[in-house]
Amino acid sequence: MTDNEHEIEQPDDRVPKRVIGTPPPGTSMLGEAEARDAGVTGGETPGITLQDEQKARRAEKLVALCFLITFLAGIAFLVSYVVFQVGDPDATGTSNLALGSSLTVAVLAMAVGIVVWVRQIMPKYALVQERHEMVSGEDAREVVADTFVEGANESGFVKGKMMRRTLLLAAAPLGLIPLILLRDLDNTKMKATNFNKLLRHTVWGEKTEDGRPLRLVVEGTGQPIRAADFNSPGGILSIVPEGYEHDMNVLAKATLILIKFRPEELKSGVNKNWTHDGIVAYSKICTHVGCPAALYEQTTHHILCPCHQSTFDAADGAKVIFGPAARPLPQLPITVDNEGYLVAAGDFPVPVGPSYWERGDAEAEARAKGGQA
Amino acid sequence: MSELTTVPKAIGGPSNWLDERLGGGNFLKRNMRKIFPDHWSFLLGEIALYSFIILLLTGTFLTFWFQPSMEHVIYNGSYAPLQGVGMSAAYASSLEISFDVRGGLLIRQMHHWAALLFVAGMMAHMLRVFFTGAYRKPREINWIIGILLLTLALAEGLTGYSLPDDLLSGAGLRITEGVAISLPLVGTYITFFLFGGEYPGTDIIARFYSLHILLIPGILLALISAHMVLMWVQKHTQMAGKGRTNQNVVGAPFYPAFMAKAGAYFLFTLGVVAGLATFAQINPIWIYGPYTPADISAGSQPDWYMGFLEGSLRIMPAWEINMFGTAHAGTLPLSVIIPALVPLGIVMTGLALYPFLERWITGDNREHHIAERPRNNPHRTSIGMAGIAFYGVLWLLGANDEISAFFHINLNWTTYAGRVLVFAAPVLAYIITYRICLGLQRSDAEVLSHGVESGVIKRLPHGEFIEVHTPPADDIEAHMRGKQPVPMLPVAEDPSGIPPKGMRGPIGKLRARMSKAYGGEKIPLESGHGHEEDEHAAIGPGEDHTASR
Repeated sequence: MTDNEHEIEQPDDRVPKRVIGTPPPGTSMLGEAEARDAGVTGGETPGITLQDEQKARRAEKLVALCFLITFLAGIAFLVSYVVFQVGDPDATGTSNLALGSSLTVAVLAMAVGIVVWVRQIMPKYALVQERHEMVSGEDAREVVADTFVEGANESGFVKGKMMRRTLLLAAAPLGLIPLILLRDLDNTKMKATNFNKLLRHTVWGEKTEDGRPLRLVVEGTGQPIRAADFNSPGGILSIVPEGYEHDMNVLAKATLILIKFRPEELKSGVNKNWTHDGIVAYSKICTHVGCPAALYEQTTHHILCPCHQSTFDAADGAKVIFGPAARPLPQLPITVDNEGYLVAAGDFPVPVGPSYWERGDAEAEARAKGGQA
Repeated sequence: MSELTTVPKAIGGPSNWLDERLGGGNFLKRNMRKIFPDHWSFLLGEIALYSFIILLLTGTFLTFWFQPSMEHVIYNGSYAPLQGVGMSAAYASSLEISFDVRGGLLIRQMHHWAALLFVAGMMAHMLRVFFTGAYRKPREINWIIGILLLTLALAEGLTGYSLPDDLLSGAGLRITEGVAISLPLVGTYITFFLFGGEYPGTDIIARFYSLHILLIPGILLALISAHMVLMWVQKHTQMAGKGRTNQNVVGAPFYPAFMAKAGAYFLFTLGVVAGLATFAQINPIWIYGPYTPADISAGSQPDWYMGFLEGSLRIMPAWEINMFGTAHAGTLPLSVIIPALVPLGIVMTGLALYPFLERWITGDNREHHIAERPRNNPHRTSIGMAGIAFYGVLWLLGANDEISAFFHINLNWTTYAGRVLVFAAPVLAYIITYRICLGLQRSDAEVLSHGVESGVIKRLPHGEFIEVHTPPADDIEAHMRGKQPVPMLPVAEDPSGIPPKGMRGPIGKLRARMSKAYGGEKIPLESGHGHEEDEHAAIGPGEDHTASR
C-alpha cells in the first residue's frame, strides 16, 4: 500500500511520469468523442461546423501537393506508354509495371487529395433531415383507387367479357414465341429425344476409311504405340484416337489413359479379355463431372481426378475408392493389329463421362448382354 | 480568393437552358442537400458499385481485341513458347491482349481483380445489411434486388471466366457442363442447347460472350440503378446515436461533401484495383496453355466466389441412383445434383426469405431506419454466423487439395473433416455467437448502469481497493441506448390458459414458440448488476473529487 506513495514521488526524469488520479476527460476508452476537437463552430447554420482558417490553408497546400503528384504520375503514364513496348514476357512485364504503378499513384494521390479536402477544408456536417413514412396519404390512395375503377369502367374492359378472354388467349402464344425461338440453339439437326443417344458412343467404335480399327495414338505427338514398346510396368500414357487428335468433341469423350501392369497385379475388376499383355485402357474422363482424371500414383495404382479428388483403383477395374464419383472409369477393349500396334477392339460398353438422366444402369445392361462393364 | 456571390455564368447559362426544358430545378432544390449518414460499414456497397463501373470500362476495352470464336488457329503472336501451337481464336486474342497491346495486360488484370472485388464488395455489403437488420421494412424490395444482383454477379463471373479458353477456364467449363447434364429430365437438353450439341462444340464461347458483355451486364446495370434509386428515395439507414431517431437522418449533404467523398472513394477503389493489377499477377493464361478436354493441371482452382460450390462438390459422398434400373431414364447423380443446387439454394433462398420470415415471427410491421447493432438481435446474428460458417466450410473445402499440400494433411481426411464440419460448424457458430451477443449486451448494460473503467484504483477506508468507474460519454451512451427490444407477437395465454387467436393450430403454435424465442428483451439495458450502493459509490460525485467530473 505504501508502495503507491513511493511510486508517485518518482524522479522527474522518468518519462512518462506516472500520475495516480482520474485521467482528464477524453483519455479513457469511451471518454469523449473525437468529433468535438476540431475547428470553430460556424454559428450561422446549426449542424455545420466550419474549419479553422489556418488549418484549412495548410490543408490546401497538402491537397495541391496531392493533385500535383497525380499530374506528374499521369504524365509518367503517357511517357511509359510511348517508351515501354510490349512483346516478350519481360518487356510486357516492364510495361505493365510502369503503366500500372503510374496509374495507381495518380489515382490514389487524387483520392487522398480529395479526402483531405473534404475532411480538413469543407465544414464538418451534422445536418438533420426529416424522414417521412413511405406510405402515401389516405386521400391520395383514395383518389388513385377511384381513378382506377373509373378508368377500368370507361375502358370497357370490365364489361367486355369476350374481349378480355380473347386478349388472354392471344397473349398465350405470344409468350411462347421467345422460348420456341431458342429451339435451334443446338446444331445437331436431330430430334431432341435422341440427344442422349449421342452420349452413348465414342469414335472408338468406328473404323478408319480403309476398314481398320482405330489405333491408339499418344496425345501430343500423335504417334501410334507398338505393344512391345510399351513394356515397362507402371508406365502410363495419355491416348487419343487416330485421326481425331485435334477434334475437341472427340477428345472430350474418347481420351484414354493407358497403363502397363505386371500380369499378377491385375485384380478381378479388370476385364482381362480387353487387355493386351498387361496393358489396360480406361476412359480418362472422370465419371463425376468430366474432368480428365490425369494423376496417377504408380505404387498404389491410384488414378486421381484433380478437380474433385475422385480416386480410382486402376489395378481393379478403376473402381472408385474415394471421392464423389459414383462409377468406375469405363474400360476400353483393346488389342493389337497385325503390325503390332495397339488398336481399339470396339467401343466402350457403357457411356463415358458424367452421369445424366437417360443413362440408366448401363453397367448392369452391359453385364446382362454378356459383356463386363 | 473572394467567395462566390452568384452562380457563375458558365454554369448558370447551361443550367437555365436545361431547366427551361427539363425543370430539373425542383428536383435539385430538394436533393442537392440530401443527407447521407456516415458509418464505415455503409461504404461496403460502394466498393461493389465502383468495381462495377471499373468492370464496364475495362471490359469495353477488352472487347476491342477479344475474338469470341472457337475457330482453330495457329498462334503466331509475340509469346514465343506458344508460337506454332494450335488453339482457339479466343485464346489467341486473349494472348494478343496480354502481349501485343500496350496496357492490355494491365487492363485484363484490372478486369479480373475488379471482378473479384465486385463480388467481395457485394457480399460484405450484404452481410452488413443482414446483420444490422437494414433489410427490414421498407427496404425489403431493395434486399431482394440485392440478392438478384449477387446471383447475377456469380453468373457474370462464370461466363467471363470461361472466355479466354485457356486450360484452367476450360476445366471450369467442363465442370459446368458436368453439373448441367446431371439435372434430372432436362440435363441433356440443357447442355445440348447451351453448347450447341455435344461438349464442347464450337458455340459456347460466343454464347457466353454475348451473355457476359450484353445480357447480364445490362440487367445488372438496370438493377443497380433501381437499387440506387430506392436507396435514394427511402434514404439510407443510420446507426443509433445522439440526435438520431427513426424519423430523421443526420449526416453530410450530398453537395458538396458526400459527392466529393464518393468521388474519392471511387478513385481509391480504382487505385487499389490498378495496384493489384500491377503488383499481383492474376490468371496468367499463357502459362496454362490452350484448352483441350484431354488435359488438366493439378491444383485447378476456380475464382474465389465459386469456391463454395467447388467445395460442396468435393465433399459429397458418391451417391447415384438408377430409379428404373437399366431403362434409359431415371439416373439421378445425387453426388452432383445435391452439392450443385442445395447449398446455393439454401443460402440464396434463405437470404431472400429472411426479411419475410422475420416479419412473420416478430409480427413487426413498423418502418425501421435505425440500423440495429448485431448484438441486439442475437438470434438473427447467430443465424447469420451459422450461414457464414456453412459457406466458409464449403469454401475452404473447395481448396482442400491446397490445404492438404500446404499443411501436409492427408487429402482424404480433409474431405472427411469437411463432411462433419459442414453440419457441425454452423451449429457451433450459432451457439457461440448467441453467447457472445448476450455477453456484449450485458457489457453494454454494465457500461450504462455502472460506468467505464477509468484505470484509477482507489483505496476505501476499510482497506479494500476498487477501480473507479466514470460515466460513458453521452454519444456512446446514445449509441447504446438506441437498442430496441426485438418485437414479439402477443403470445401470452389468457388467464384460462388459451393462447391468442391465430396461434392455436400447429403452425400458430410453432409461430408463437419461435416468436417467444426470437423476440423480446433478453438483457435489458438497465440490468447491469445494480450497484449495491457501498463500494461502487465512487462513481459520480463521491468523496473523491478527482473522480467526479
